[in-house]
Amino acid sequence: KRVRDTRTKLAPAYHLILEGILILWIIRLLFSKTYKLQERSDLTLKEKEELIEEWQPEPLVPPVPKDHPALNYNIVSGPPTHIITVNGKECINFASFNFLGLLNNEKVKSAAQASLKKYGVGTCGPRGFYGTFDVHLELEERLAKFMRTEEAIIYSYGFATIASAIPAYSKRGDIVFVDEAACFAIQKGLQASRSNIKLFKHNDMADLERLLKEQETEDQKNPRKARVTRRFIVVEGLYMNTGDICPLPELIKLKYKYKVRIFLEESLSFGVLGEHGRGITEHFGINRLSGQGYCFSASLPPLLAAAAIEALNIMEDSPDIFQTLRAKCERIHKALQGISGLKVVGESFSPALHLQLEESCGSRENDVKLLKRVVDYCMNSGIALTQARYLEKEEKCLPPPSIRVVITVEQTEQELDKAASLLKEAAQSVLN
Amino acid sequence: MTDLKYRLAPASEMSRYCFPNNAVSGDASRCVCLIDSSTVEEINHIVHNGGLYKRPFNEAFEETPMLVAVLTYVGYGVLTLFGYLRDFMRQWKIEKCQNATEREEQKDFVPLYQDFENFYNRNLYMRIRDSWNRPICSVPGAKVDMMERVSHDYNWTFTYTGRVIKDIINMGSYNYLGFAQKTGACQEAAAKVLSQYGAGVCSTRQEMGNLDKHEELEKLVARFLGVESAMAYGMGFATNSMNIPALVGKGCLILSDELNHASLVLGARLSGATIRIFKHNNMQSLEKLLKDAIVHGQPRTRRPWKKILILVEGIYSMEGSIVRLPEVIALKKKYKSYLYLDEAHSIGALGPSGRGVVEYFGLNPEDVDVMMGTFTKSFGAAGGYIGGKKELIDYLRTYSHSAAYATSMSPPVVEQIITSVKCIMGEDGTNIGRARVQQLAENTRYFRRRLKEMGFIIYGNEDSPVVPLMLYMPAKIGAFGREMLKRNIGVVVVGFPATPIIESRARFCLSAAHTKEMLDTAHERTWKSWNRYSLHPK
Repeated sequence: KRVRDTRTKLAPAYHLILEGILILWIIRLLFSKTYKLQERSDLTLKEKEELIEEWQPEPLVPPVPKDHPALNYNIVSGPPTHIITVNGKECINFASFNFLGLLNNEKVKSAAQASLKKYGVGTCGPRGFYGTFDVHLELEERLAKFMRTEEAIIYSYGFATIASAIPAYSKRGDIVFVDEAACFAIQKGLQASRSNIKLFKHNDMADLERLLKEQETEDQKNPRKARVTRRFIVVEGLYMNTGDICPLPELIKLKYKYKVRIFLEESLSFGVLGEHGRGITEHFGINRLSGQGYCFSASLPPLLAAAAIEALNIMEDSPDIFQTLRAKCERIHKALQGISGLKVVGESFSPALHLQLEESCGSRENDVKLLKRVVDYCMNSGIALTQARYLEKEEKCLPPPSIRVVITVEQTEQELDKAASLLKEAAQSVLN
Repeated sequence: MTDLKYRLAPASEMSRYCFPNNAVSGDASRCVCLIDSSTVEEINHIVHNGGLYKRPFNEAFEETPMLVAVLTYVGYGVLTLFGYLRDFMRQWKIEKCQNATEREEQKDFVPLYQDFENFYNRNLYMRIRDSWNRPICSVPGAKVDMMERVSHDYNWTFTYTGRVIKDIINMGSYNYLGFAQKTGACQEAAAKVLSQYGAGVCSTRQEMGNLDKHEELEKLVARFLGVESAMAYGMGFATNSMNIPALVGKGCLILSDELNHASLVLGARLSGATIRIFKHNNMQSLEKLLKDAIVHGQPRTRRPWKKILILVEGIYSMEGSIVRLPEVIALKKKYKSYLYLDEAHSIGALGPSGRGVVEYFGLNPEDVDVMMGTFTKSFGAAGGYIGGKKELIDYLRTYSHSAAYATSMSPPVVEQIITSVKCIMGEDGTNIGRARVQQLAENTRYFRRRLKEMGFIIYGNEDSPVVPLMLYMPAKIGAFGREMLKRNIGVVVVGFPATPIIESRARFCLSAAHTKEMLDTAHERTWKSWNRYSLHPK
């Protein structure tokens, strides 16, 4: 009985009252309207409508002046082979990247024809959805064997290859060290990857090492983060914008010293450098699944894949074409030295050279106009040349205006000499 | 059928696909909703509207049944548990690890793949990997030959037996008008151009890569679309990713549909503009975004936006839905924004003469500021195009990334497009093009109707040649694909991450080349494959 008494003893009165008030307060809170932050815009409907009325957007595109150099394209009638008809005039082609002369090769064409007869033109789907043909698989196998890598993967668009491959591996938070002279496709790939980009001076290994050392000290401050941050170096085998090659052995040393992976872009060096045209050796292993331009885009038309396989066959069967190409490059490189007003930019064995003005005349626009006159002079005398085209506002490090000279195996020695002397003449008459 | 009632659906019942009563154009457009009398699960909307829509717009996206949703989650849960178990076994070397591994010299480099990112790949994707990347060895027409491949290690590697599975009914390739042929006028013309021009161009459009063939193609495409001018590019994906950044930049606003293709998303991201997403095909959502954007301006600075670009697609290939173009155009005009229409799947496939979604709705092509499309699907070639006013195309010729840096289109591919466009337009002197467009429309309606009658859940617009059939459960993705292949039908199955996690589906792509017998065979075998797992569709 005593136990029951203590258990049923009533709480003190103030306790009950307090709890009662608390309960009433909770009920009030539950049912009261939520407190809204004042609307950011206290605009009335009429004011909103006025704003909508008044707003004037910019035109979708600004007008382009009719004489913009990039607007008026050269029209090539017929195939862009060794002898090319540009704007109605027949010229020797020093502008198309046809290094091994395979554009007009009969074997390549007949392989493509056979493929066309078997598969039609298009693949009607991406690789994942019935767009993988046996030709693609064969080409990938052959490329892997040729490049001496474990596996290879083909894309249907050259630009998209590096622009998709970089973001497939390098994501937000990773660090990429890239050469300043990297081409636009690499720049777009880096932009898409959202990684931290660090530019180092063109081919300057000391600068690169400095950046790597800085990164190392950063890493020591935060080892946990460092363990999950991937690091890459992106370089080109043969730079499109400057015509020289990257110092690969030093890069490999740096790679193992600082634990960085190398991305090598070989669009110019493949089929050009090396005894068998394998490009700058040392290749990166490739994953098939995740590149965007691979998964979400239609695969390469089979006739082009067949043409590529045949081209590989030719490259493997006649490795002497690479020596021939190199000899021609050296020849014209030498011949172009000493043109007053123009300087040659590029390695002596590079089949894609640039001719830049020794002295700029003040503005890029005027430089471009001057170079156009040189090009037109040459075109009128039967040598087809072009200026190197860039998107001036979009490039990170815009190269100076230049004339692009492309050397192919099909050009004879007389033609090379003719081109060199014509350029000398043109420079004389236009620049002096 | 069940007892159907008609009434104006109240706001609370409107799904995201409903056309509202307070119409954009302001005039009295009514939304008439058919509501199943027993449950409110399926809502078909037929919009009768004299103002904006000249034809009925019939789209349906049935809600996932509750039981199915629960079972799907359970399925994924089981798979995840097994995944962890297998990872554990691999780590303790009980099971062999087949992953790509680092070379010895690079063992202490930061790994390329984070373990978790790869979890899905190793444990879920690998199990059903054989449903994708199936190699074929014939023209991807109505019937296709596939190389048989087997895997002895659960899909980690494949070996080819050397056998070829012949005459598989191809419902996976995007061959809407049947131009994927190895004989015929298109192929002959392409062969001629190939022998004359070669396979490549070796230069960019701005340098030495602009052939007379390209100019011819662009004039033809402009005529076909009914626009002033057009420009063609070598890759459809790249057309978006390289030209959107040329059109908009910082200080501009992009309003992009929820389910836009990866190329549009990439292009929008690369441009540097602010991106806002509106709900799929939902015009209220779009209007709200437009209003807020103009009224409030840029975030924080309140400066007015330089321009607003709306990104939509003609047909959304995962959903099978068609964009509500009349409403989008009305909105765009009211709010002075620009419209970028990606007709990758709809060009050639919609409209009485195959000119795409603009013709389908009977609209004026000049109302669409940027008409983009691809040549891969209905023309049997490769590449993309953009059409519009002359100033737009001139600007793109000068400032597009592709014009300055990418190699131009290959001449035989260009010829294929020229011939197929002429065929569709009827300029080759035959009726083939017209007949194919009509055949596709008939095939679409027939196929969808029959599947619906059988009780399958089909998404999308009744006129869309892309037919998604809902599978939902993860196990069914692989199973359905394999069963159909056993019965000689090739379909595409898609799961996460291309679709929401519980909405995996199989996708049929119809073609004008499919005959009625093929479609009937497909129906019958779909039914059989489904029933193998003895779960009734509804």
